[in-house]
Amino acid sequence: MKFVDEYRDPVKARALVQQIEALAGSIKTSADRPIKIMEVCGGHTHSIFRYGIEGMLPKSVELVHGPGCPVCVLPMGRVDDCVAIAERPEVIFTTFGDAMRVPGSRKSLLQAKADGADIRMVYSPMDALALARRHPTREVVFFGIGFETTIPSTALTVLQAEREGIKNFSIFCNHITIVPTIKAILDSPDLRLDGFLGPGHVSMVIGTAPYEFIARFYRKPMVVAGFEPLDVLQSIWMVLKQIKEGRCEIENQYARVVAKQGNDRALRAVARVYELREFFEWRGLGSIDHSGVKLRAAYARFDAERKFAVPNAKMADPKSCQCGEVLKGVIKPWHCKVFGTACTPETPLGALMVSSEGACAAYYQYGGLRRQRTETADEARAV
Amino acid sequence: MTIARVIANRPRNKVHVPTVTLAHGGGGKAMKDLIDDVFVEAFDNPLLAPLDDQARPELAGFARLGDRLAFTTDSFVIDPLIFPGGDIGKLAVCGTVNDLAVGGAIPLYLSCGFIIEEGVSIELLRRIARSMATAAREAGVQIVTGDTKVVNKSACDKMFITTAGIGAIPADVDLAIDCVRPGDLVLVNGLLGDHGAAILAARGDLALEAPIASDCACLRGLIAALLAAVPDTRFIRDPTRGGIATVLNEIAQAARVAIEMEEASTPLRDEVRAFCEILGLDPLYLANEGKIVAVVPPEQAQQAIAAMREHPLGRAASIIGRVMSGEPGRVTMQTIFGGSRIVDMLVGEQMPRIC
Repeated sequence: MKFVDEYRDPVKARALVQQIEALAGSIKTSADRPIKIMEVCGGHTHSIFRYGIEGMLPKSVELVHGPGCPVCVLPMGRVDDCVAIAERPEVIFTTFGDAMRVPGSRKSLLQAKADGADIRMVYSPMDALALARRHPTREVVFFGIGFETTIPSTALTVLQAEREGIKNFSIFCNHITIVPTIKAILDSPDLRLDGFLGPGHVSMVIGTAPYEFIARFYRKPMVVAGFEPLDVLQSIWMVLKQIKEGRCEIENQYARVVAKQGNDRALRAVARVYELREFFEWRGLGSIDHSGVKLRAAYARFDAERKFAVPNAKMADPKSCQCGEVLKGVIKPWHCKVFGTACTPETPLGALMVSSEGACAAYYQYGGLRRQRTETADEARAV
Repeated sequence: MTIARVIANRPRNKVHVPTVTLAHGGGGKAMKDLIDDVFVEAFDNPLLAPLDDQARPELAGFARLGDRLAFTTDSFVIDPLIFPGGDIGKLAVCGTVNDLAVGGAIPLYLSCGFIIEEGVSIELLRRIARSMATAAREAGVQIVTGDTKVVNKSACDKMFITTAGIGAIPADVDLAIDCVRPGDLVLVNGLLGDHGAAILAARGDLALEAPIASDCACLRGLIAALLAAVPDTRFIRDPTRGGIATVLNEIAQAARVAIEMEEASTPLRDEVRAFCEILGLDPLYLANEGKIVAVVPPEQAQQAIAAMREHPLGRAASIIGRVMSGEPGRVTMQTIFGGSRIVDMLVGEQMPRIC
């Protein structure tokens, strides 16, 4: 397949892995611990597991799987709100597929559908708008979820609905923004990260300038990375290179897609429809200031939160869950008390077990090998 | 003329309406006419003809072919009913024939039960029945008994079909999952994932036009050719729902072995790969309806491949993996990229990823 296979070339991969090994070997870290690099984006986590990248890296380089899976960081209370809206008889509730299984405190959308709610899987908010056109007597609600990657598409859908004068369409907005979240992680007292792989598709929209503070104030290197396995390896190499040379910069490995200034048209549509919330609740990370967006007052009629009385209940994360510590890279998924026991992909307690981009589900499904190898090595060292 | 004679001699007008109504499920004249017009006409064979409550094939016919019966059933619900490469009728015949054939059986007779939503057009029903008849003829089986029920609007989605099948297993055939040994090789007869991708594309809600047709086909001929060439074949299964990944996990668990796949030698059509790339799906979990997974002793793998490639349904046969003595139940894949990953069973349905 053109424009795909080139980025999965095993010969180039081997060469890159050797360079990574050499580079990592030449970096002196304090206290003899591995260099920890966080991939912020769930898409990267998926690639890393899908291609077995973790197993190819030397022990001195460790990947920490960050908070960039929008399904994973959605708090239970918001899922309950979704279910409450979806269960209204006049509503057709539309959602991306992988949000269907996220557990709420009562039930997931999948369970609500089985109980009779009209919930439909769509592939784009425009599909939801088309449903609204076809069913003028029903209220079609789209479950807006995701970072800056998906925000422009719901903004443009709202603008389209406005142009067409469609009145039975609204968005239940759970969009979140990545920058305040990275900042929250950087501010966390138990932070142990040496660098970041920046989110490729978010950056396609927002550009690379919003990350400058990471290099300038927190003195951490970041490389905006593509999603093919060679992209990921090359970006890891670029982060190591910065560490080795004592540089802290925002570099762009994904230049074939990401422009420094981002996508102006997308940003304008987003700014027209959305404004920042004062704060937004994240699963595992708690409340983070300015980390979510909501529809502006001018578009209130497309806002499901205003249109329907949403219970807006705050639900604490299950006590036994350590999603937050996993998200911040403090512990590995399998160090969590309930990993693989009370919390499995079949019966997820924490959201990280739900989506294939969630670090826990990814480890559970793809990652057993590496984990065993590392654990055995750790035990050997402990002895 | 007595009134009784008048009644007996009156011309019997058939009930002809364009759509199936609840009357067709009432057990009366409308139902009988529907069965005559649509099913008997399409399936026509001596065992069906008496339209008794049961078909009565002779035991001797089975005994001539083998020393054991194989008996299976499957239900078919699919949206859309007609898709590139097949329809629900062809699927209902091939699916059950294949479930018999993968056990090494010679499929002989099928039953079919229809649950039809009122309002379905008779023409559609006739098309499906004829498609079943064609598939049955090609597979060398007869549809010898059946049942029809009509349900209220939205009590079912247009049409559900259940088929059961019975066949004979030749005395010298012994395929069993616990015959699988470390060192054995895992083969498939062609490109994977076509059916799953074709159905997803045919639903039309993806706004993706993919020139992919279902691989729906009856596999008895191919399996017979394989067993003739390699009588020591250990085990065969058809990777339908859940795809190749699920079948390999089932084999690994039941036979208490590990299986290692090579991504580089997983046969996929470019269109299916691209389709999966765009939607964030894993082709290993896509359904197939014309594929087998066969486990054979390593020294006979080339013979098996050659035999399958001789057959029209096995032109792209290839080795996709190896049975190992590693951790029982574990399926791993060496990725094209040089890494290794676990190929697990899915928990539920595969959901397209957000971004």
